[in-house]
Amino acid sequence: MKWVVRKGLLSLFTLLCSITITFFLFRIIPGNPVDIMILEYMRGGDSYEEALTKVSRIIPFLPNKPIHEQYVDFLKGVFTGNLGYSIWLATPVTKILGYAIPWTIFAVSISLIISFLLGIVIGMYTAYKRGSIIDKVLSFYSSVSTATPQNVLGFFIIWILAVQLRLFPSSGPYGPNVDPKVFNLEFLLSVLYHAILPILTYVLTSLGGWILTMKSSTVSVLGENYVTAAEARGLKDRRIALSYVGRNAILPLFTRFAISLGFMFGGVLLIENLFLYPGIGRYLNLAVNYRDYSLISGCFLITSVAVVAANFIADLLYGKLDPRVKFD
Amino acid sequence: MSFKRLMSAFKIISKKPSSIFGFVILLSFILMATVGPLFFSLDLRAYPAKRYLPPSLEHPLGTDFAGRDVLMQIINGSREALLIAILTGAVTLLIATLIGVSSGMLGGLLDEALMRVTEIFLMIPQYPLLLLIAASISRELNLFEVSFIIGIVQWPAIARATRSQVLAIRERPFIEAARCLNLGRLHIIFREIIPNLMPYLVMNFFLALTGGIYAQVVLFSLGILRFTSINWGMMINIALGESALINQKAWIYLFSPIVCIVLLQTGLILISSALEEIFNPRLRTEE
Repeated sequence: MKWVVRKGLLSLFTLLCSITITFFLFRIIPGNPVDIMILEYMRGGDSYEEALTKVSRIIPFLPNKPIHEQYVDFLKGVFTGNLGYSIWLATPVTKILGYAIPWTIFAVSISLIISFLLGIVIGMYTAYKRGSIIDKVLSFYSSVSTATPQNVLGFFIIWILAVQLRLFPSSGPYGPNVDPKVFNLEFLLSVLYHAILPILTYVLTSLGGWILTMKSSTVSVLGENYVTAAEARGLKDRRIALSYVGRNAILPLFTRFAISLGFMFGGVLLIENLFLYPGIGRYLNLAVNYRDYSLISGCFLITSVAVVAANFIADLLYGKLDPRVKFD
Repeated sequence: MSFKRLMSAFKIISKKPSSIFGFVILLSFILMATVGPLFFSLDLRAYPAKRYLPPSLEHPLGTDFAGRDVLMQIINGSREALLIAILTGAVTLLIATLIGVSSGMLGGLLDEALMRVTEIFLMIPQYPLLLLIAASISRELNLFEVSFIIGIVQWPAIARATRSQVLAIRERPFIEAARCLNLGRLHIIFREIIPNLMPYLVMNFFLALTGGIYAQVVLFSLGILRFTSINWGMMINIALGESALINQKAWIYLFSPIVCIVLLQTGLILISSALEEIFNPRLRTEE
């Protein structure tokens, strides 16, 4: 129990660091965005006071208070769900996040589950066939695919499947002739149809990592005494592979899966922007292009919260899944 | 490295065609970046009459939307792409080694503190942080600043790896011997630990290089950073801006930098797996 509290505190502290970094970058460094915003309003003919009130409507703190009070106000804002106002979309940031989050969760969780399952099967297969041509080809693919920027692969996929063969739409979350306000089968099918290429790109670029981890995990389990014992008892190979090797080799991957779920908002930046998919990564990039600082910090904070929460859950999960892991 | 060790390294590399391929790729890109611009000087003036010419002897990769030679842009862009990657690699390696070695060697409270900081940085998503930093700086960045920012973002994983490598070396008998001889902490760090860490540092450098290329493609192709000169990531960004994906004439322009990036990353990975075999004899496969 003490361990859980300590982990929880560390998670909170990490979150605090993310918030502080955001505050530091946007408020403290010379030539910071808040100062520039004030200057721009003043250049537009506003007095200093008018510029201040306009800026304070956008960010959740008053820019003329002492800096530590601004920081406390910013923290209060984050924890009470006031992330400021987006200038570009003229909407509260939380509302935009509420629209964007489901899109990312939808596309990424499907992709992650597919690449996780495929990675486990292929990784175990290559561990059993290590040294063979298939192992070499797959291992090579795995390392190259993890080093290839996701949009670079995405270009090939769009060019072949969307532009040349015209099999799938190249961008957007749904077709132009469905009404997103009416949730029916037609809308759902259109959403699924549009998600195919982003999901394919995500799976192809993340699969390699799963293959490599599963392969090395399986190889280390194969050297365990209980596997030799199972072989000596004359158990069938299939049974050994499934209930002795597989079950133990997957364990560390579950934690990684939970952590990957947390990294979903940060990890789809390139894919969402390539396919114009309205998730967090897309809004983060647009916000940067429009220099919409409230929205940038909102998107960044939601990515951080997801990572921290997922790490916390992964730590708890690992103790539950594997009784051999003891917490001090 | 002595001549004998160099020869044995060469022997290991020459046994595997994939390693040779990796070195050939890297060398040709280095050649392209150093010698190439001498033959194909950068010319970004617009030639409206030559828009989207197909490949020919004069323009081996055709021309872009403004009639500029694509091969010329690829060659001149390689210089900046490689330079940012190398600088990023150096910055990352420096921070990571400093933190990893001091954490592993000094131990105790400092180790605990440094590893907590590393853990926290590992949990902050890399590319969003990169965007955040880039967005908060309102002026145009130069090459060194871009490399520095990428280095700041990607050091934690390598620092943690370096620490565990140091811890493993520390337990080896010759370190114990040095300690018994009372050779002093500085002597042990610089004369015993660092030389034995060298192979790992080289591999970490290649890891940081691939990271540096990935990160600059993120920054430039998304249009987060803009340069007045030319590099591969920016070529992608500009090509997309001219909707090169749906323009049948423009696909060579879009895919030239993409193929270069994939080739370079492949080469770097082939080299790092070759290096792993050189440094770790247990991995060598007997043919």
